[in-house]
Order: sequence, then structure tokens, then C-alpha cells
Amino acid sequence: MKVNDVILQTVTKIVVFIIFTFAFYLFFAGHHDTGGGFIGGLMAASALVLLYLSYDIDTISKAIPINYRTLIGVGVSVSMLTGLGSILLGFPFLSHTFEYVDFPFFGEIELATSVLFEFGVLFTVVGGTLTIILSISEDV
Amino acid sequence: MNNIIILLLLIPLLTGVLLIFLRNRISAQRWLSILSLLAVGVIAAIIIQRVLNEGTMTLNLGGWEPPYGIVLVADMFAMLLVFTTVIVGICCLLYGFRTIGEERERYYFYTFIQFLLVGVMGSFLTGDLFNLFVFFEVMLLSSYVLIALGGKKVQLRESIKYVLVNIVSSMMFLIAIAYLYGMLGTLNFAHMAIRVSEAGQDGLLTTVAIFLMLVFSLKAALLMYFWLPGSYGAPPMAIAALFAALLTKVGIYSIFRVFSVVFPHQPEITHQLLAWLGILTMIIGAIGAVAHWSLRKILAYNVVVAVGFMIAGFAVFTTTAIAGSVFYLIHDMFVKALLFLLGGVMIGLTGTDKLREMSGMIRNHASLGWMFFIAALALAGVPPLSGFIGKLLVLQGAIGEGFYIIAAVGLITSLMVLYSVIKIFINGFWGENQLTVEDEKMSTKGTLLPSAILTVIVIGMGLGAEFVNVYIMEAAEVINNPSLYIDAVMPNGE
Amino acid sequence: MEILMSILIGVLVTAGTYLVMSRSLLRIILGTAVIGHGALLLLLTTAGLKEGAPPITNIEALSYADPLPQALILTAIVINFATTGFFLVLAYRAYKELGTDDMDKLRGIDDE
Repeated sequence: MKVNDVILQTVTKIVVFIIFTFAFYLFFAGHHDTGGGFIGGLMAASALVLLYLSYDIDTISKAIPINYRTLIGVGVSVSMLTGLGSILLGFPFLSHTFEYVDFPFFGEIELATSVLFEFGVLFTVVGGTLTIILSISEDV
Repeated sequence: MNNIIILLLLIPLLTGVLLIFLRNRISAQRWLSILSLLAVGVIAAIIIQRVLNEGTMTLNLGGWEPPYGIVLVADMFAMLLVFTTVIVGICCLLYGFRTIGEERERYYFYTFIQFLLVGVMGSFLTGDLFNLFVFFEVMLLSSYVLIALGGKKVQLRESIKYVLVNIVSSMMFLIAIAYLYGMLGTLNFAHMAIRVSEAGQDGLLTTVAIFLMLVFSLKAALLMYFWLPGSYGAPPMAIAALFAALLTKVGIYSIFRVFSVVFPHQPEITHQLLAWLGILTMIIGAIGAVAHWSLRKILAYNVVVAVGFMIAGFAVFTTTAIAGSVFYLIHDMFVKALLFLLGGVMIGLTGTDKLREMSGMIRNHASLGWMFFIAALALAGVPPLSGFIGKLLVLQGAIGEGFYIIAAVGLITSLMVLYSVIKIFINGFWGENQLTVEDEKMSTKGTLLPSAILTVIVIGMGLGAEFVNVYIMEAAEVINNPSLYIDAVMPNGE
Repeated sequence: MEILMSILIGVLVTAGTYLVMSRSLLRIILGTAVIGHGALLLLLTTAGLKEGAPPITNIEALSYADPLPQALILTAIVINFATTGFFLVLAYRAYKELGTDDMDKLRGIDDE
């Protein structure tokens, strides 16, 4: 049975960007406020799931050719490598630091190494969530 | 700052991740996983020597001082177990190369072996209760995957029960953590120990301690062993051997650690309870081992007996008995892996695990038979093999303290264990040879090497007991004298 | 507040236990999730509920909530998420392979 889901698809095209923006905001807000890699990752994953829901798996897999299982690996290794960096510099494992840097146009911005760690978390969460959902939905 | 400790966890973790990317290159996966474990083994040996010379080492992750940060503690007890874990891991991997099959290798078998080892070693090294929970989960999640990997019917059926039991017990662990944090305001072992000894271990704390004991007993198969025979019988033998050697031992380690460092103040309740649990476990496990005629089931019940023996030895709580327990713990990790691997070869050759359908294998596989014989004797504790010294020390301690029941049950169950494994030996290796070389379901090529390594270790631990004893005594000293542990983690007091 | 929370935790754990005891696999999984929520709420409650104080605070604040249990709960939530996800996939595979989600039929035939 073919379902007509024009409305869903049209809405999705716009809403997905809003969700991604919110995910992006949550991710960077996580350093001082509520948010962070895990929540941002879940939000981004929900946007992707919405895409998979409103279109079919083949279309989206062509548009976003990412192997989500590899994404988990990338995420974990990014997080671990940030820890490794602190070992190489002679600090205890997982030590983090931050610095205020003046950027032209943007003004003073805090740059923290823990954001790199959070990037790893984000990738892992997106990869993990989509692996679970797709592995069930793929063989129905 | 001792960053070398984190390498023990970081190397297998990174290797595991790297193996995800090398999914289709199986020989590269094999080489990398072995190399990673060898590296971890070398590092563990270095740390053991340093701990022997300089005392317990700690690492505060991220530079946060305890009790605020996460701390890894490498004392002799934990490090000996880590070293044993690595050796057992290497042997099971070598066996897995030959037997596990390409299908599983493609589906991240080696990755999850590495993650499993991270979880096991992390549980040994961590210095606070919550991270013990986290590493438990790392270990359990990997074990869920490994037990279900391959997706055969029996595996799926048994893994559901295994997962359910472990999820429920993890929830209880979390509840115990919640109560402890509410009462003590800290979860760091050393800090908890200081607070408990300051405030006194009242009835409420002892109750929570017993709740925690329940959680660990479920994981260690102490009396609550009902999930063990089924789930250890489902996966391929390379995985079952790893589980039998490592998973229950993490629960035992946790009991040793928590009830020696944090809750040693009311032994008349907690340790008495542990002693009875140990005795009951020994009896029930031995009955199970004697009653069954399936190779996998007999071996699984032998795991249960050993758990009971070690806990009973710990419950006596003297230096001699604890040293014996630690010795037996390490011996048991080796010998259980050895027995499961040899059993795996026997099942692989005959294609069945029913003892009544095997016979006369000694004719074509003499080395397999003799190794099994040695393993059986070591398991039962026949001198001069490695099981003897552990049992002797535990019995010495138990009799010295007046725990005659532990000594009696320990001796009787040893006999029953000996009977159960000799039953395998007689049925499998004696009698008419019904199995021609052409009928064999798998070749023994390369599968006997890991067993040979383990056999040498088992013999060596018995004959070289004098050498090993230096390390064991050091480990027992830390358990028996928790102030050493507390001072190492928090040198400046509270 | 503590009393209300205790009742809520009790209800959650009771409901979760009831679900875990049932025969359908999906109900069991939901039951473990509900027990998990109960355990996490317990962690939050025993660590001390405080009114009117934000968990993230500036240095000037007079009273603030203990941040440690929140960190612990976040970690535990992630772990619960992973185990529940795995368990769901496992149950689905088992249902496809074995053709039933009734725990009574998953007992297995004794091999002797």
C-alpha cells in the first residue's frame, strides 16, 4: 500500500534544519548550561530518524552515505584521542584546559578542549541510536 | 601521577575501535588484537614489579584529587588479576582464531573481546563504587553481544535470560549505590572506608552492605548461580572459556574489595553470611557437577564450586586464608580457561557434548588426553599442581580459626569435583575408539597451543609456588590491611 | 517532597517488577526500563532534594544542589539507554528466529 505523505515530506524538509540547528545549539551550550554531546547527539539523531521516517531508507542512505557503525568507532576514537593528548603533554589522562581567544568579528570566545571530547560523544550517540533503529527497521 | 596505569585500559579500547574500521581484513584484526594484548601484558608486568618495589600506585584521572575525581588504583591484588586476565585473554584469542569462524570475525568478534577485557580490567583497577558499576556495564554489554553473536537459536534463547538477570542485578547495584551515597556522601572506596570507620558500621549500613553483597553474588554466581549453566553452555567454547575464567571473578573481586576495605567492621554478620553462602554454593555446585552427563554442564557447575570455595576462604578472614583465596582465584582463572578450551576441542572433535557418546579419544589424541588429566588434577587440588597450595592455605586458615565446616565441605566437594572431571576423562578418553580421524568434525591443528601454554602455567604455578608466593602475600597483605589501600588513595587523609 | 518521591519510587519499582514477572518479552523489557527509572529517582532522592537552587550555579549562591548525583544519573541513563536498546534488538531477533515472545516457550529443552 502506497501512502501519500506529501505533507510529512514537505514539513520534514524544513523542520529537519530547525532540529539540526537546535541540536547544534544544545551541543555548544553544554559547556556551561544544560546540553552537551549526549543530548545534542540524541537531537541530531532524531532529525535523521525523521528523515528516514518520511522518506524511505534507500533514498536517505543515498543522500547521507554514512555507515553508522563506523561513526560509533570515529566517535569513541575522537574522545579517547583527546585523553591521549593530555598523556603526551605529561598531564593525567583526560585532563582538559580552556583559553579565551579574541576572534575578529566574533569577539572573545572561550575555546575548551573538552568540546573535542564532546564531539566524540556526539558522533557515538548519533551512530549508536541510528544503528539500533535502522537494524530493526531494515529487515521488516 | 602514573599515566602508565591508564594504558592498560586505553590500549585495548583503542584497538577495539580500530578493529571496527578493519572489519573485512580478518588477518589484520587477528594480529592487532594479539599485539594489543601482548602490549598490555608487558605493561602489566612492569606495573607489578613497580608495585612490588614501591607500593600501591594510583592515578587521578583529569588531575582531580580523590575523593572528588575518578581514581584508578593499582595495588598488587588488582594487578595480579589484570595480568592473569591478559594471559587468559591471549589464550582464548589463540583458540578463537581456529574455531570461531569467519562469520563471527566479520561481525566484530575481536572488537568485543577487547571491550570485554577493558571492562574486566577496569573493574579490577577502579577505586570507586560508581565506576565499578560503569566498568561492570562495559563488561556486561560486551558479554551480551558475545553470547548472542552468531544468532543461533539456543544462543538467542539463553542470552535473553542472561541479559535479563544482569539488567535486574545492575538496577539493584544502582539502588545500593543510591543508599550508600545517601548515607555516606561519597562513593570512593577509601573515602567510604574512612567515613564508615569514623561513624561506625551500624545496622542500617550493614543492611545496605548485605544488599550490595546480593548484587555481587548474582554476578559472581554465589548461590544465585541459576543463570550460569545455561548461558555458559550457549556460546562457542572460546567465548565460554573467557566467560568462565573472567566474568564471575569480577564479582568475587568486588566482594573481596568491598568487604575488606569498606565493610570489615561487622564480620560476625557479613562474613558469617559469606561463609554460609560459600558453603552452600560449594555443595550445590558439586552436586550439579556430579549429576550431569553433559560436558558443558559439568564444566559450568565446576565454575560454581570454585566460586563457593574462594568466598568461603575469604570469609575466614585471616592472612593465611585470604592468601589461599587469592592464590586459588588466580589458579582458577587459568585452570577454568584450560578446561573449557580442552572441552571445546573434545566437543569440536566429536560434535557432541554428551559424555555417553564419546570414548577412546586417547588413541588419536594423546596430548589432549594428558593435558585434560593434568587440568583435572589441578582443579581438584592434587599436589604439586597449582590448585593444591590455594586449597591448603584456605584449609589451614579455616581450621586455625575453627571453621571446621568450611574445611570439611571444601575437602568433600574437592573429591566430588575430582569425580566429575575424571568422569569426563574416563568417558572421553578410555574405552573403544569409535572415532576415526576422518570422522572428526574439526582438526586439532593449532587449537592445542593455547591449552599447552595454560598447562605449563598451571604446572609452573604449582612447582614455582615459592616464587609466586611473594606476589600473593603482598596482595593478601593489602586485603588484610585496608589502611594500606586507604593511605595510597588518600595520602593526606580526608 | 521526599515522601512523595519515595511513594513514586515504590510505585515505579512495583510496576516494573510486575512487568518483569509477565510472560511477554516486550513487557519484560518495559519493566526493566521502569525499574531503572525508579532506581535513578532513588539516587536523586537519597542524595538530598533541595528546593529553589539550580544544579549549575555561580560561586555566589548560598545553597546549591549536589552536582555529583546528577552526573551519576546521567551516566546511568546512558548505560540504561544502551542496554535497553540492545535488549530490544535482541528480543526482536529472538522473536524472528524462535517465532515466539512467550517466556514459557523460551524455557528450552533439557538436553538429557
